Amino acid sequence: MSGVPNTIAGDRSTALARRGRRRWTEAFVSVVLRLCAFTAVAGLLLIMVFVFREALPILTDPEIQREASIAKFFATPLWQPVGDVPKYGLAPLLVGTLKVVMVAMLFAVPIGVLAAIFASEFAPPGAREALKPAIEILAGIPSVVLGFFALIVMASWLQGLTGSVSRLNALNAGIALALGVIPTIFTVCEDALRAVPRSYREASLALGASRWQTAWNVTLPAAAAGVAAGVLLGLARAVGETMIVLMASGNAALVSASPLDSVRTLSASIAAELAEVVFGSAHYSVLFFLGAILFVTTFVINVAAGLFVERLRRRLAGA
Amino acid sequence: MSAAATGPLAGGLARGRAARRVDAAGWGFTALSGFAALLIVAMVAVIMGNIVWFGWRAVTWDFLVKAPAEGMTAGGIFPAIFGTAALVVLMVVALVPFGVGAAIYLHEYARPEAWFTRAVRFSVNNLAGVPSIVFGLFGLGFFIQFVGRGMDRALGLDVVWGQPSLMWAALTLALLNLPVVIVTTEEALRTVGHDQREASLALGATRWQTIRNVLLPQAMPGILTGAILSVSRGAGEVAPIMFTGAAYFLPYLPASPTDQFMELGYHVFVLATQSPDVDQTRPLLYGTVLVLLLLTFALNLTAILLRARLRARLAGRS
Repeated sequence: MSGVPNTIAGDRSTALARRGRRRWTEAFVSVVLRLCAFTAVAGLLLIMVFVFREALPILTDPEIQREASIAKFFATPLWQPVGDVPKYGLAPLLVGTLKVVMVAMLFAVPIGVLAAIFASEFAPPGAREALKPAIEILAGIPSVVLGFFALIVMASWLQGLTGSVSRLNALNAGIALALGVIPTIFTVCEDALRAVPRSYREASLALGASRWQTAWNVTLPAAAAGVAAGVLLGLARAVGETMIVLMASGNAALVSASPLDSVRTLSASIAAELAEVVFGSAHYSVLFFLGAILFVTTFVINVAAGLFVERLRRRLAGA
Repeated sequence: MSAAATGPLAGGLARGRAARRVDAAGWGFTALSGFAALLIVAMVAVIMGNIVWFGWRAVTWDFLVKAPAEGMTAGGIFPAIFGTAALVVLMVVALVPFGVGAAIYLHEYARPEAWFTRAVRFSVNNLAGVPSIVFGLFGLGFFIQFVGRGMDRALGLDVVWGQPSLMWAALTLALLNLPVVIVTTEEALRTVGHDQREASLALGATRWQTIRNVLLPQAMPGILTGAILSVSRGAGEVAPIMFTGAAYFLPYLPASPTDQFMELGYHVFVLATQSPDVDQTRPLLYGTVLVLLLLTFALNLTAILLRARLRARLAGRS
């Protein structure tokens, strides 16, 4: 502009230049933002590729298969990865994970779902105001702190209560894990219950149903898909949670049905053993294989939970 | 005759009994749900009470500013505090631009039905559900073994990048927290009304100018909320950093992104499980837990307050 102040042609050309620059900036920005969004896709893909890649030698490398293969995982009931003849039997880890997760869900599902029903249907305002921050606090406690509490404090209380031989066991880890999972279940369930339109409740109450009848027969069925999603998301968290079980379960790889025996889970095995493992060894690949199992399991559960959320949204939108 | 009279009467009585049974069930159900809620509050109170009761005496000035001494049975936790701070700062620097960019793309540019948009949303949802220990495996397999070793080979270095370090741990945590930032930023963008976007566009501003000058300033509290939440989560996550950079004990502070570091959460784990003398380290352990909790809660509280303000604005608009 400064060079040719008075000609229309000059004005136009600078304006055109500016517009061109602007268009270029716009295109550039939209590409950059798209790339940012792509990092989420890339992240998930890279996790999948790199966890599977390090686990792959178990299926392909004959050298490693002499020590660990799918067949060997189930040929022995022993998990003894360190020793002259390492044994990689998955049974104790699978049983251990199942036991801890079952204990956790046994506590977390009734408490989480019932508390969510209480918060959305029955609670007087004062009680709600006490419950919500409690849930926020519980959700904010890092899992290592829950693990610490279970290890140092709760284990002794529970041992006094049950008289169990091992202080750290599936019951202890399961209850601590329930504490970690309750906020997830509660939050998702409460959101689902609150999303049920008021008109549903009003219609039921107007027909003479009591408040609990309304909650049980109308609100809960309407929000059922959301409750299912909450339970599934809690389940996925319980399966993958590491620090709590690592600290509170005792980590003995036993195959037993008793919740009072010490257990070793898939996630805790990875956490406890990966630091000492030789890169590229059979043990290294086995631990990544455990990671792949965890990834696939939680992925499937999360996708299922997502489908339930979708169904709830469609159902309530159609209403 | 008498049968005809007692029929309806008996029926009425039965109905009355049934109604009473239903009422009892209703009362039981309501009470049970209240009990579940009470149980949660009580458990939180017990945990917090226990930690504060045994922890507050340990948290002195010396504890906060001194390094561990005598095989971690005495001294303070300054290196762990420093390491945690360095870790989350690096994480936020790596995380926020990508998270905010992705959220802007999803909310302002993307067509909701396009396959790319759906792929991104699917990934964000499922990334949030990947177990943290799997992030640890990924950090080791990808960042350290693949990228780090690759850089060392390419640059002809000995082992500089191909080992656990502050940077790899921060990047691993950044990926773990990506969904948090994307979701909160998108929520913040939703609070900016369409009228403002349209006004800006009508004045001749381009899309990017509108985003930079209208949307981002208004969405700032939401972006901040996401960043703070990710910091609070990042400060407490142990599983992803165990193999990617956190150290058991270091006599020096990390000076570069390629150094290892001590971290509060990992320090809690170490003190709780690897201590040779549990009774002697107990005060240190409780003190560390309390510091970690206070840090997380201070961050969470800030995030909650910011978010409440944002939600109030959203409610005022609709």
